[in-house]
Amino acid sequence: MNQKYSKWLLFVLILLALTLVSALFSLLTGEIKISIKELPEILNSKEGLQYAILSKIRWPRIILAFSVGGALSLTGAILQGIYRNPLVEPYTLGISGGAALGIALVIVLGLHLSLGSFMLPLAGFSGSVITIFLVYFLSIRKGAININRMLLIGVMISFIASSAMMFLMAISTTENLHSIIFWMMGSLEEPNSFLIKVVFWSSISGLVISYFFARPLNALRLGEEKARHLGINSTVTIRILFVVASLLTGICVAVAGIIGFVGLIIPHIIRIIIGPDYRVLLLSSFLGGSIFLMISDIIARTIISPNELPIGVITGLVGGIVFVFVLASANFKSKLN
Amino acid sequence: MKNYLNINNIVAGYHSGFQLKKVNFSIEKGKFAGIIGPNGSGKTTFFKCLTGDLKTLNGSIELNKVDLAKLQIKEKAKKVAVVSQFTEVTDVTVEDYVIMGRMPYRSNFQFFESKEDHEIAEKYMKLTDVFQFKNKAMSELSGGEQQLAAIARALTQEPELLLLDEPTSHLDISHQVQILNLIQLLNDELGLTVLIIIHDLNLASEYCDYLVMMKDGGVHIQGTPSDVLNYQTIEDVYNTVVITRENPVSKKPVVFLVSDRVMKNQ
Repeated sequence: MNQKYSKWLLFVLILLALTLVSALFSLLTGEIKISIKELPEILNSKEGLQYAILSKIRWPRIILAFSVGGALSLTGAILQGIYRNPLVEPYTLGISGGAALGIALVIVLGLHLSLGSFMLPLAGFSGSVITIFLVYFLSIRKGAININRMLLIGVMISFIASSAMMFLMAISTTENLHSIIFWMMGSLEEPNSFLIKVVFWSSISGLVISYFFARPLNALRLGEEKARHLGINSTVTIRILFVVASLLTGICVAVAGIIGFVGLIIPHIIRIIIGPDYRVLLLSSFLGGSIFLMISDIIARTIISPNELPIGVITGLVGGIVFVFVLASANFKSKLN
Repeated sequence: MKNYLNINNIVAGYHSGFQLKKVNFSIEKGKFAGIIGPNGSGKTTFFKCLTGDLKTLNGSIELNKVDLAKLQIKEKAKKVAVVSQFTEVTDVTVEDYVIMGRMPYRSNFQFFESKEDHEIAEKYMKLTDVFQFKNKAMSELSGGEQQLAAIARALTQEPELLLLDEPTSHLDISHQVQILNLIQLLNDELGLTVLIIIHDLNLASEYCDYLVMMKDGGVHIQGTPSDVLNYQTIEDVYNTVVITRENPVSKKPVVFLVSDRVMKNQ
């Protein structure tokens, strides 16, 4: 049995090491290449162009990639657990749709120009919070939340929001259209260091909170009723986790746009490697998502340098291909549930 | 001890209209009791009241003088364990699954299973004969083996009352008998009070000490198998013509069905 825990520990340590390596690699790669030998010197000098690039451009980006990737992947793992559905991801619940609509509205009305660029993340966040409340309260029937109803309502709200957004796009100017599309494709370019701090601390808090529910999540794999028979308050667990997951998604979407696939595939891949126990799955999914997004970001920045690809394109392509590959390979079937 | 499990005037129902009408009965400690009755008689609805999955509108369920509805979910899980008709087929290993039965005993901040948890889980896996599969995934086991693992998990909760909802309905006779023999053994040796919903009247007769027959959301008759399982009651409750005889070995009643064609030719 101790063998199981040491396996977990080893796996988490490997992921931590990979996180550090990816961060370092990300720090050194870019239009201006910096070799690893120069790094201590530049960091010590605290001046010059190279230091500015590292501290003002690359480091914030790494932190953002780390936080957003981790949060989305963690959210995916949580939602797949409470919905007991392997295809749920943070965006399935209509949260991104609401956020996108909020942002499109602000862009079309030009509010970000008159009231400051801070309006965009604010609108995104408000959009997602409104969606969360809609999904939540529309799913309540006779005082209890019906999980399947919640899923359906989320998907429907997603559709409604995307239709409304298409309407906004149809009536907007070319310039606005471009901003909306660019936002939709996701970006880790965020000049505001306060927002980066918000995302970072939210994702870490999300991870900590989720660990209070690691065992209930394990029990929920058997179903809501069976978890209750094991002494788990399923209703409260699902309620709290839904709110945590939604807020995390809302914050990520508001700051980084829609970065698909992370929340769907990373928890799956981690589950295939280390097993379905949430005690190890939560942290591993977080780290896995961070690594994945940091690497995707390196690719997005360098592949058509000096231009930059939207990161959503990379996560979709790389993630999708890797996922199909993993699915097609060996022992997946028995591990799907 | 008389009246160990007391069911007092349970009224419950769904919005669709089905109602339990004042279910009343009591079971002594250490009994192996069965609930029988036709489809739609309220067995499952009543079972859900017992497990706490359905709120009762009136009445109380007392186990050893404690009102179950007033217990916290976690405290209740230490007293009452439930085995359902189907076990959730997941990729957890049998050992991880069985050890979930220790959940109600863990403190909020206990992250790893204790040595005691493992010992208890191992004990009951051996008792139920699933120890050999401990590293297999639940989904790899046969239906009968999954039910055995589910019983091991329930025992790991170390309950005072074991509730089973048709645990054998989809199994072949060898597994049915294996599981019911096991439950009987637990009942004898651990003194565990057992309440089982069971469809098969002959299995009910053979294994249960006490039977509660339900009809139209209420208790129609209760007592020992010989009291309950006679052709008149069965015909009243099931609207089916049957013949009852005595099992030559166990002396318990056995229910025979007769087809229409044979009846006409008689």
